[in-house]
Amino acid sequence: MAMPFYVSPDQMMQDKAEYARKGIAKGRSIVALEYGDGLLLTAENPSSSLSKISEIYDRIAFAGVGKYSEFENLRKAGIRYADLKGYAYSRKDVTTKSLANAYSETIGTVFTRDPKPLEVEILVVAVGDVVEHNEMYHISFDGSINDHRRFAVIGGQAERIRAYLQDHYTANLSLQEALVLSRRSLLAGYEKPPADESALEVGVLERNRAGRKFYRLGQQAIAQAIASAKGG
Amino acid sequence: MLLQGSYEGSSFFDLLRHDFSHLLPFQHLPQLPTSEGQLTASVPLATTILALRFVDGVIVAGDRQATEGFEVSSRRIEKVHNADSHSVIAIAGAAGPCLEMVRLFQIEMEHYQKIEGEELALDGRANKLAQMVKQNLPAAFQGLIVIPIFAGYDLSMHQGRIFKYDLTGGRYEEQEFYATGSGGKEARSTLKKFFHKGLGRDEALRLAIEALVDAADLDVGTAGPDIARGIYPQVKIITQDGITDVDVDTLRTLSEALLATLKG
Repeated sequence: MAMPFYVSPDQMMQDKAEYARKGIAKGRSIVALEYGDGLLLTAENPSSSLSKISEIYDRIAFAGVGKYSEFENLRKAGIRYADLKGYAYSRKDVTTKSLANAYSETIGTVFTRDPKPLEVEILVVAVGDVVEHNEMYHISFDGSINDHRRFAVIGGQAERIRAYLQDHYTANLSLQEALVLSRRSLLAGYEKPPADESALEVGVLERNRAGRKFYRLGQQAIAQAIASAKGG
Repeated sequence: MLLQGSYEGSSFFDLLRHDFSHLLPFQHLPQLPTSEGQLTASVPLATTILALRFVDGVIVAGDRQATEGFEVSSRRIEKVHNADSHSVIAIAGAAGPCLEMVRLFQIEMEHYQKIEGEELALDGRANKLAQMVKQNLPAAFQGLIVIPIFAGYDLSMHQGRIFKYDLTGGRYEEQEFYATGSGGKEARSTLKKFFHKGLGRDEALRLAIEALVDAADLDVGTAGPDIARGIYPQVKIITQDGITDVDVDTLRTLSEALLATLKG
């Protein structure tokens, strides 16, 4: 009887991590940052119909990079999880922390148990009643979870973008300023600035909006906001 | 972990049916050995609701009383609920299952929109509701009837639309107006008499209240405007711009004017 080759767990995890990282590195980055009235999510996305940013629940949004089909499945699973919990208990009982933990557990289990890890990185963010209650969770391909303040970045060029935001982020930005900063930070992710800029996909969680806090900024609104900022 | 289920579609109702049937409101109803009507007499019933089209859209209204046998079980029940940004669901029948269906229907609309990234067409929403009413059929045989009216503004056809339902989930579109519940027949006679095409907003609003006042006059299950307690019928106006709840002051003024005509 043929025996499978022995591969040390160390080696196996390393290989999987490398595989996942490679997949994610291909994807463009997404920036989430806190501004005066809530949270802003900005992605470079040439497609207008296949979105990377989405609403999950009243004050919770989701963003994913990597393999589209994989983070799309995670997005839908998150909506089902949240709606089911809100139905069985109440809308207030759908907490960002428990959703982020559920994501972390699911992605982590796939990483250790399945031959192929998920090639995704996701953000689960929520706007709070006051700035201090905002939540931003970053969940990696191996299920590891981190929470962030001020801003969070995922995707291939995350390092450079994070460095840019470290230097340029300020609190209490207006929506327009936040959008301009997000765009600049995404451009700072490139070694060489690209010849033609990719379209942006923008989702906003606005604290003072009645009911569901999430909305999308249309292409026209994005272009206007960027054009009216000094220096573009 | 996220979810253990295997359902992959965009309907919340089907998700429950497929993977979480223990959370479904209208299943697993015990076979109660009741004679006809026994159960009905012991659960609160929500009574008169109506909808009528006017020039800019549609108006949906309901009285505020729930009855339990010969008792008033609530004076403030709400029978008209927003389903989403441009449609409302009004309910008549056994209050418990009715409110449960409303909640499920609201989540269904939101869930579909989030999963698919776009809203269901008005016809799609009306059909989904028909499926839910049909699911309730076994309970309806035991007296737990749910009869909704679904109405909304159709953004593609640029007009208000009204759908009525029967017990079996049959869905019928009404072109002008409809009323149902215990005082439905009385409300319909008033609507029939005064309805005409191209009703203005104020006229239509007045007619909605008048129909409810007439229903309350002739049906013991329906309550008219309760000026002493400040409880007025619930009225929602749906137009291209969305849903507006008619405020209490307007309702009070209209109700007082209508009640004054009864003095003769």
